[in-house]
Amino acid sequence: MSAPLSADLAQIGKSVVIKGELSGSEDLYVDGQVEGSIALKNNSLTVGPNGTVKATVEAKAIVVQGKLEGNVQASDRVELRKSAVVTGDIATQRISIEEGAYLKGKVDIQGKDKAAGK
Amino acid sequence: MASVTQNFMKLFRGSSGGTEAATPQPAAKLTRRSSGLGELSRLWDADSPMTVLDLGSTSPANIRFFTEGSHKIYSEDLLVASTEPHLVTKDEQGAVVLDSRRFLADNLVYPAAHFDVVLCWNLPDYLDESLVRPVMGRLWSVLKPGGMLLAFFHTKDAGPDSPCYRFHIIGKDTLEMQRIVLKREARRGPTGAVHTAINEGFRLQRVFNNRHIETLFRDFASIKFFLARDNVREVLVVR
Repeated sequence: MSAPLSADLAQIGKSVVIKGELSGSEDLYVDGQVEGSIALKNNSLTVGPNGTVKATVEAKAIVVQGKLEGNVQASDRVELRKSAVVTGDIATQRISIEEGAYLKGKVDIQGKDKAAGK
Repeated sequence: MASVTQNFMKLFRGSSGGTEAATPQPAAKLTRRSSGLGELSRLWDADSPMTVLDLGSTSPANIRFFTEGSHKIYSEDLLVASTEPHLVTKDEQGAVVLDSRRFLADNLVYPAAHFDVVLCWNLPDYLDESLVRPVMGRLWSVLKPGGMLLAFFHTKDAGPDSPCYRFHIIGKDTLEMQRIVLKREARRGPTGAVHTAINEGFRLQRVFNNRHIETLFRDFASIKFFLARDNVREVLVVR
């Protein structure tokens, strides 16, 4: 499955491994490996089916198709697709979880201000 | 005979003979009334938000049910966690067991007295013998005093092949039960041949009688039994 093409979408491909802090002001698609932290306050993170993320994540929207280990905070929404394997706590305003997704952790639905970290 | 052999070989080759993973058939869902859940529902109808631990397979329905009620829900599938190969060890007699210390180092790691409710479902019946008591001990410690735990136990009439279900809350005292289906995975080996592995799923490990159940929860303050029609006893215990 390839990432949706968009001018404002940064992509980390299958063979790429990144360790450290990632931050930015555009949407990010991760199909490789990321370890550390990801901060995309007003943008979305998509972990592709081949993606493995071990990081604390802060984003507007987070969509997971692959593996994500770490606590996540989304000011808008979190989507766990059927192939998602998530280990960590989720704090968000809205969440959708497809049948077959795996979650080990807490789900905390927060009000708009709290989810946005205000 | 030929057709039997053919069908048997299909298990290994996959019915399509292709290289794609066999698509599991959607599991049929049944509904059942749960008196234990009905009793618990008085808690989540109250105004104060609760912290709930669901020990079954990740259930979108349960997560939705509790988050819509402004409760916090933790999800942790202990049966799947107990299949980690690194847990296998041998005891002093040389028998193969699961390492409960290692299991509890990786799972159920929460502060003491953290949860108002623990939904155990049918976990004790399907969990490996070496993990049952250590897990129940840990659950006692993570429950708040006065907190409640719901567990289901088969009666002996249920039979040894009683299927393992996932439980989805669809009403105050109503559960949807979804059988955990056999998982087939097809992989291409080094020679290019396609190998299909079949996961047998979870088998009933034992049948607890009432005295066993009372012993299992002896550290808890009270225990209440509900006998259901489907050869299952529901047990609600209070720490």
